[in-house]
Amino acid sequence: MSRRLGWLEPLPQTSDLPVLLPVVERPISGANTDRKFCPSLARLRGGYGFWIVAALLLSAGVAGAETGPVHPSIVATLIKWTPLLFGGFLFNLAISAFAMIGGTAAGVFLGLGEIVQFAPVRAVAWLVTHFFRNAPWLVLLFFCMYMLPFQVTVFGTTVPLPDWVKATFGLALPVMANVAEIVRGAVQSIPSSQWESAEALAFTRSQILWMIILPQCVKRMLPPWMNLYAILAMDTVLASIVGVNEVMTLTGDALGAESRPELLLPFYGYILLWFFLYCYPIARWTIRFERRFAVDR
Amino acid sequence: MSNASGRPIVSIRDVHKSYGAVEILKGVSFDVAKGEAVCIIGPSGSGKSTLLRCINALVPIDRGEIRVAGHEVHKLKTDKELIALRRKVAMVFQQYNLFPHKTALENIMMAPIHVLKEDKDEVEARARKLLAKVRLEQKADAYPGELSGGQQQRIAIARGLAMRPDVMLFDEVTAALDPETVKEVLVTIRELAEEGMTCILVTHEMGFARELADHMYFTDHGVIVEHGPPAEFFANPREARTREFLAQIL
Repeated sequence: MSRRLGWLEPLPQTSDLPVLLPVVERPISGANTDRKFCPSLARLRGGYGFWIVAALLLSAGVAGAETGPVHPSIVATLIKWTPLLFGGFLFNLAISAFAMIGGTAAGVFLGLGEIVQFAPVRAVAWLVTHFFRNAPWLVLLFFCMYMLPFQVTVFGTTVPLPDWVKATFGLALPVMANVAEIVRGAVQSIPSSQWESAEALAFTRSQILWMIILPQCVKRMLPPWMNLYAILAMDTVLASIVGVNEVMTLTGDALGAESRPELLLPFYGYILLWFFLYCYPIARWTIRFERRFAVDR
Repeated sequence: MSNASGRPIVSIRDVHKSYGAVEILKGVSFDVAKGEAVCIIGPSGSGKSTLLRCINALVPIDRGEIRVAGHEVHKLKTDKELIALRRKVAMVFQQYNLFPHKTALENIMMAPIHVLKEDKDEVEARARKLLAKVRLEQKADAYPGELSGGQQQRIAIARGLAMRPDVMLFDEVTAALDPETVKEVLVTIRELAEEGMTCILVTHEMGFARELADHMYFTDHGVIVEHGPPAEFFANPREARTREFLAQIL
C-alpha cells in the first residue's frame, strides 16, 4: 500500500512458516506456538542429566562385572581415553562454531534477498533457501564431500581443503537456509506501521531496514537462532560418517583399539553426556531469553 | 476557500485513488493556507486517512494533483524526491508508532540526525526543548513501552516537530487513547496551531474540531460533501448527509 522506496518489498503480514509472533501478543496467544521453537531437549529437566550419568555408571558397573581381572576397570579406561576424545569433542565444537558463523553471515544476506523488491533476486533467494532448508543434512554433507575438490588453486597458490573444512561447509548450508528464514520471518513480524512512520519521517528504505527494523528483529531472532545452534552442535557428529576425525570417529577408533564389547555403552554414554552438558544450557538460555523478551516492552 | 494570506501551502485537486476495485477517493479537492488548521471528519471508510497519506505520498494517487510546499506530489517518482517532500511534512499516527527500541529522546533525535544530517548536539538541545514543550522532559530516557498512550502520542508529536516541518498531519491521534489522556494531547495540538503551524487533522473529537479548526471538511464515500468555517458548519449544515452524521455523533 505504501509507495515503494528503494529495494525492499512492502511486507505482507502473514507467513506460512514458524516465526516469532509480535512481542505483545506472545505471552498469552503465543504460548503454544513457542513450543515449536523449544528444542525437545529443552523440555527435559536438569534432573534427566542425573539419569544419563546413572545409566552411564550402571552400564560401566555391569560392564565392569563382566570384565576379567586382566583388564583395567571401565572408569580407568574412560579416563585413559578422555584426553583424545575430549580433543575430538572440541573439534566438533569448532566445526559447529565455524558452520554457525559462516551459515549466519550467508543466511542474513539470503534472508534479505528473500524480501528485496527486485523479483528475480527474490525468486532465486527463495529457491536457494527452500532447497537447502528441505534437504537432509546428511545428504548435503555427502554432497559437499564429493562436490568440493581436495584442494583449490587461488591466484597460483594451492590451498588444501581438508575433510573437516568440507564438512563445515556442508553443515553451514542448512544453517544458512534456516537463518535466512529466521531473518525473513523476523523482518516480516515487525508491524508495517513501523515502516510507515519511518517513511513519513523521510528515512530511506535501507535506513529503515538497518536502523529501525533489524535492531528490533535481533531480540526476536535470538531464541530460534540459539535453538538452531544447539541442533547444529548435536549434528556435527554426522561428520564422522564422512571420515572427519571428530569425537564419534575417535570413539570408534578407541573402541576398536580396546576390542572390548562391554565398553560400547559406557563410551557412547560418556559422549552423550558431554553433548547433553553442552547443549542443555543453551536450550535453557533460549527459553529464558524467550520469556524475557516476551514481557519486555 | 482559505482565510489566511497568500498561496495555499497544500493544494489538492480532483484526487482519485482506488484499491483494486474499491474506489476510496472519488475526486477530492481542497486548499490549506499556511498557518491554517483544518479538520476532516466523516464516517469510517470515507477515505479520510487515505487522503492524509496521499499528502505525504505514503499512498500514491491514481489521478489528480497534489501540491505541498512547492512539491508536486503527484509527479514524485524517485526516493530522493519523496524524501525531500517528507522532510517538509510530519505525520502523527493513531497508534503513535514510536520506535520501541529507542528512548523517547532518541526517537525525537533520529530523523534530524540521520535524515537532515544535523549536528548531534544541536539536535539534542532542540529535542530536549521539544520534550519540555510537550511537558515530558523527565521522560527523556524512558522507552515507549514505559509510557502511557497519551505520553507516547506527545513524544510522537515532538518527533514530528523535530523535523521542523511546514505541515503536520494528524491521523485520528486521540482515537486509541484513554479518555483521561486525550486532553493532554489535544492541548499540545492546540498550542501548535496557535503558534501558526499548518495542521491537517482527521478526527472524531467534534468539540475540539469546532474550537480549533479554521475550516471544517466533511467527507463521505470518497468525496467532500460539505465544508465551511466551524461555527457555520456545526450550526447550519446545508447537506442532509452532514446533518445525519452530526446528529449521530453529537
